[in-house]
Amino acid sequence: MSGQSLFARLEPLLPRVRRPVQYVGGEGNSVVKPWESAAVRWCLMYPDAYEVGLPNQGLQILYEILNERPDVLAERTYSVWPDLEALLREHDLPQFTVDAHRAVGDFDLFGVSFSTELGYTNLLTALDLAGIGLHADQRGEDAPLVVAGGHAAFNPEPIADFVDAVVLGDGEEAVLGITDVVRDWKATGRPGGRRELLVRLARRRLVYVPAFFDVTYRADGRIEQVRANRTDIPARPSKHTLSDLDSWPYPKAPLVPLAETVHERMSVEIFRGCTRGCRFCQAGMITRPVRERNIETVGAMVDAGLRATGFNEVGLLSLSSADHTEIGRIATGLADRYADSRVSLSLPSTRVDAFNVTLANEFSRNGRRSGLTFAPEGGSERLRKVINKMVSAEDLVRTVSTAYAHGWRQVKLYFMCGLPTETDEDVLEIAELARQVIRAGRVASGHRDIRCTVSIGGFVPKPHTPFQWVGQASHELTDARLKLLRDTVRADREIARAVGFRYHDGRPGIIEGLLARGDRRVGAVIERVWRDGGRFDGWSEHFSFDRWSNACAAELEPLGISLGWFTTREREEREVLPWDHLDAGLDRDWLWADWQEALRGTELDDCRWTPCYDCGVCPTMGTDTQIGPTGRTLLPIVGVGSGAPA
Amino acid sequence: MARRPEGPPPPPVVARIRVRFAKRGRLRFLSHRDIARAIERGLRRAGVPMAYSAGFSPHPRISWVGAAPTGAASEAEYVEFGLAAAVDPEWLRSALDAALPPGLDVLDAVLVPGSSTVGSSGSGPGSDGAGPAGTRMSGSGSLAERIDASRWWIRLPGVGEPALSAAVAELLGRDEVVVERATKDGRRRFDVRPAVVLAVCRAENGTCAILELVARHTTPAVRPDDVLTALYVVAGLRLSAPPEPIRLDQGRLLDDGTLADPLAPDRNDAGRLVGRSSA
Repeated sequence: MSGQSLFARLEPLLPRVRRPVQYVGGEGNSVVKPWESAAVRWCLMYPDAYEVGLPNQGLQILYEILNERPDVLAERTYSVWPDLEALLREHDLPQFTVDAHRAVGDFDLFGVSFSTELGYTNLLTALDLAGIGLHADQRGEDAPLVVAGGHAAFNPEPIADFVDAVVLGDGEEAVLGITDVVRDWKATGRPGGRRELLVRLARRRLVYVPAFFDVTYRADGRIEQVRANRTDIPARPSKHTLSDLDSWPYPKAPLVPLAETVHERMSVEIFRGCTRGCRFCQAGMITRPVRERNIETVGAMVDAGLRATGFNEVGLLSLSSADHTEIGRIATGLADRYADSRVSLSLPSTRVDAFNVTLANEFSRNGRRSGLTFAPEGGSERLRKVINKMVSAEDLVRTVSTAYAHGWRQVKLYFMCGLPTETDEDVLEIAELARQVIRAGRVASGHRDIRCTVSIGGFVPKPHTPFQWVGQASHELTDARLKLLRDTVRADREIARAVGFRYHDGRPGIIEGLLARGDRRVGAVIERVWRDGGRFDGWSEHFSFDRWSNACAAELEPLGISLGWFTTREREEREVLPWDHLDAGLDRDWLWADWQEALRGTELDDCRWTPCYDCGVCPTMGTDTQIGPTGRTLLPIVGVGSGAPA
Repeated sequence: MARRPEGPPPPPVVARIRVRFAKRGRLRFLSHRDIARAIERGLRRAGVPMAYSAGFSPHPRISWVGAAPTGAASEAEYVEFGLAAAVDPEWLRSALDAALPPGLDVLDAVLVPGSSTVGSSGSGPGSDGAGPAGTRMSGSGSLAERIDASRWWIRLPGVGEPALSAAVAELLGRDEVVVERATKDGRRRFDVRPAVVLAVCRAENGTCAILELVARHTTPAVRPDDVLTALYVVAGLRLSAPPEPIRLDQGRLLDDGTLADPLAPDRNDAGRLVGRSSA
């Protein structure tokens, strides 16, 4: 019978695996509903380990929104580690939910959220363990509808064979819309089977169905065209944009894990979207326009969330939190409100300016001032103009001086390597910046014992950005530049001891690049890697570059294409890109023009405080920037810290 | 320039409450760290007025005594809370229990006599009724001093009672049984036998035996798994399924092999305290 708990069969296996607590569920604010009470049943997955997946805000929001509906049931599942995967196979147990330990294959919908492309092999593990056919066209009528979402799903072509449908953009209204369609379809006896259901979902502009689009290729391997193979659906699926975030204050009751996770805090998203226009940033491009939650909503969400969870740390999240129009009053208001409690506040923002330090000071009035992170992203002034990160060396030195003077002990600087037009000299300027930062810090703090950590990530070009056409830097080039930089810093006796240096091997970035800008032919590579044992590719101890490059050689080279063809090759303006038929609202001509501006080193201002520069999103999507200041205030709360009777 | 936390030092501990709690069912897979986090969050949700340590990273005043291993259930885990305001122990018990997930269940709470300047009944947070100095009494020993043994109930699915009895008889007949266990510091060898005070075998049915075990708390701690390893070492007893241990009691080992309730002295002292106060 469907919906039965598998826990009795799972329990004897748990003492044999590492950290069994991650599989038992029972989290604070988790929900278990009777199977028969629901007309539509969703299984939601974050395709990574529990410790990474549980804190994911997107999944928690959808979980709560769906479970608020009386006739809808939503449970969660995460990737099982290879030790449990082997035991599940040995004992013939399927992928299960952590809430009620039900088989994933029993649900109507299987929604998988991809923050990163490196979760694709974990999708295949879950499908296979669940007994769901790997390929959408192999699935029976009773199999759950496999729906992908999340930022990586803005180019779902590499996983097009494995998913039935894709949601682009904000999921809140989309999942409810999908739920309604599925409920009606089930209630009327599933007319036309799953194909008719997919048609209805596509026609209502809720999802993109890859099977309804055909791709043809040119002799040179490039895409000829991507075209809908039926006329009764929109030719260009588009993203969902949630308006008025104050009406959607989710999660209201965040999940409180029993196992240790990567973020042991409550998060409140203070706005969505970003129009700073950093040209490398996919999140900033695909989540436009900026939509703020006002100070009153933020204050109420913090209060309600703390009461519901018992967390003692609150993070105010967004793509650039210091940019909220009411952030100063939010910071002061919350710092005042929680001054006498043990609640700590954090603003994981990395904007380089002194105001950011002021905010950080407010949030650490009475706490430890350990480290502040700033993200200049590019080493040289020239490169920062290319990527549209408008920060000068003077800005940075002034900002870190302020930080050190206010008692912060360590500053972390985040850069990228492998940016378009980058030279060795651009990267070596990171050493010069670090030198200036250490010198200024020693003056400002009055002592020599200060630290600066330089953290460097490899740049991966992403779809729907002005850099979607660029050739990715090879991992050999990136690694060589970083070695040069490290040697330069180490040879500088003035700063060698004060500067820490963190960077990662460039090879995973190449595979991320393949999956980010790949087309449907990359699906065979993913499947081959998975069959060869590829799992948890976001984890360095599991990632194998050789496995990926061998699979690329086997699957792509017979087609006249290669790993390098997808990654380090620069595209021409008119080349059909695998995601061109998916509408993120961005005008392709604007993206190209902005790429040309990048090459000229021309900067672009934020449209929140300068005139619209016609990126295309608002008119295409019928949306508008929604920002304050609203003039509202942080409402006082009652009975902080004690719910005890007198 | 080094910063110091501003403002006055945190309020002192004005009362201590000792709690017995259970970890049951699927929550037996919680580690001690998982439980510590859950209880700290539960205390905040419940609004318990905890006392905190000083410094930039204040920690609530919580004293743990020996936690049951990950995977073992327990009916008898103990913890002591240092409070910044006196509260009714029964209020704390029920409020904390409600704030914890089912499976982490708070069974008992007693005020440590002499730890508070107010009586143990009817006071919630915010009560500031300082009692007469004469009601202060010294608590009779820390929790750790009152606990030196555990009583375990270990289900052994797939093991017949006769096989278990034979193995246990062999174990009890030895003077020394050395086993090896992987710890975070590498493999460690130690003698299990001195820890085993009492071992009684029962049959749940033909295919499931039960081992009731009273074990002294030694260093290193001898866990149920170690005793089962010892049974394998002395008699080749093999388990076909994971054992299911439950800790039933902790306390001071008495001459008759039973354990003294570690909260009883506080309860009795509190009774005398209340009796005298109301006289």
